[in-house]
Amino acid sequence: MQNTNAIQVDHLTKKFAQQVAVDDVSFSVKKGEVFGLLGPNGAGKTTILRMITTLLKPTNGNITIFGHDIKTESTLARSMFGLTGQYASVDEDISARENLMIFSRLNGLSRQDSKLRTKELLKEFSLENSANKSLSSFSGGMRRRLDLAVSLITQPALIFLDEPTTGLDPRTRTQMWDTIRNLVAHGSTIVLTTQYLDEADALADRVAVIDHGKLIKIGTPADLKHQTGQATMRLNIPDDNNLIKAENIIGTELQSQPNVINNNISASFKQSEQVTNALAQLKAAKIKITDLSVQEPSLDDVFMALTVGKN
Amino acid sequence: MEIKTQRGNIIQNTFTMAYRNLLKTLHNPDRFMDVLIQPILFMILFGYLFGGAIAGGVQGYLPTIVPGILVQTILSAASGSGSQIREDMESGVFDRFKSLPMAHIAPLAGQLFADILRLFIATIASLATGYFMGWRPNVGFGWLVIVVLLAVFIGWAISWIYALVGLLAKSATMVQSISMITMLMLSFLSNAFIPIRTLPKFLQVIANLNPVTYVITAIRQILATGTLSSTAGMVLIMGLAIVVIFAPLTVLAYNHNN
Repeated sequence: MQNTNAIQVDHLTKKFAQQVAVDDVSFSVKKGEVFGLLGPNGAGKTTILRMITTLLKPTNGNITIFGHDIKTESTLARSMFGLTGQYASVDEDISARENLMIFSRLNGLSRQDSKLRTKELLKEFSLENSANKSLSSFSGGMRRRLDLAVSLITQPALIFLDEPTTGLDPRTRTQMWDTIRNLVAHGSTIVLTTQYLDEADALADRVAVIDHGKLIKIGTPADLKHQTGQATMRLNIPDDNNLIKAENIIGTELQSQPNVINNNISASFKQSEQVTNALAQLKAAKIKITDLSVQEPSLDDVFMALTVGKN
Repeated sequence: MEIKTQRGNIIQNTFTMAYRNLLKTLHNPDRFMDVLIQPILFMILFGYLFGGAIAGGVQGYLPTIVPGILVQTILSAASGSGSQIREDMESGVFDRFKSLPMAHIAPLAGQLFADILRLFIATIASLATGYFMGWRPNVGFGWLVIVVLLAVFIGWAISWIYALVGLLAKSATMVQSISMITMLMLSFLSNAFIPIRTLPKFLQVIANLNPVTYVITAIRQILATGTLSSTAGMVLIMGLAIVVIFAPLTVLAYNHNN
């Protein structure tokens, strides 16, 4: 069992009438990692997630969760994960405490344990003060917190988050990220879908880029950036006399053609050591520099590069 | 803390879901306002408007209209199940129910159990309004209890039909209009408010075929004579038949939807 992947997806396909929503997607999620499904609206991320979480029957393909086939052992598989849907999947008409109580009971906790767990989660997610209020008075962030709390009732080893921060303000978003990181630190495996590249970058160990139902690329955010985008170094040489000398050093060390505008030099590079070497050379030549910046390629660049021409 | 879970059993899950629906109703009393206001409004309106014309006075009309309004309200309360199930299914929370390791049928069963409360409120409101308007049944309290139980049972049986409609219809709005139209047709094309013999011939045929007519007749007979007539027996069998036929169909549709 030690080697079993948290999730194994093989040749997953979903057809809606004539439209192929998910097209022969295969991937695996290792235990303890944060796996991101990244793609634009309508790419098929949520459909994939709904199939893995037994909400939707695949047209073709196999899925196992911790080695258990979700078709033949669905109840067992369901007991192993927690799901937070795209739209807050909590009961709007009842209070936060009642939500937690009811979902604890439905998850098979005894009445006594349900009470304890509810208390614990309300505290953990700072919802104690609003525990008995109706959800209609809740802010978007509070709703998401409650939603996540409900998913964590059984402390599942595997957690699915469908666009966990869509529609949240930047501060609440950062709080959500902290909560997710905290879960990871406690050993949970997390699968999240997002359309925000910075979110995948900030949270995910590995990312699968999905577009038009197809898996385009899979890898760590760094891998993806490395394969597709190029980093750029920019600096400013205040002394005009040194400009040409600096340009030569940078061109040689970074192995690319520098761009010179006024006193600013910019050049792309592949490996970080090239930058260190260039800077060392500039120092040795006693060339003064100001305004140094290094810009990593963003996942946006990656995304554009991967999906360009396919739309 | 250590989390101990046991495999959920269907009865426990159903009770939890019924409790959830009950809580929803208690937090939003407007969920049973319809079954509370409707009988009061209709009883007063119809009683005073038509009482004189049909029975020569409100007092004479009450034994006719109280069972009529009662059954109409029961129909209306039962037809609410369909749209509530539908609304629930369209909200995000239903996804979570489906992803939980619990008895699959519990959300549906829980809803139908919680509906019994609505049916009780509907029944009591109808009878109480009649009482305040001067209606006094000839029979003892025991027979009143039997009437309440029969009405709730019939309403519960009918709510299975509407649950099926709720599962099969395209949208919640459609469920609501179907419920509204059938409720109005069934209650007005029966003996709920008028003696059937005053109707044109073809409407008499329809009213005599309408099952609602038999439910009302059975309840009137119990309230008037304090005996269980053969009509009452027929109504009871009809209710059972509805449950036997529609409960499996509803469950089938529910499983198919998921």
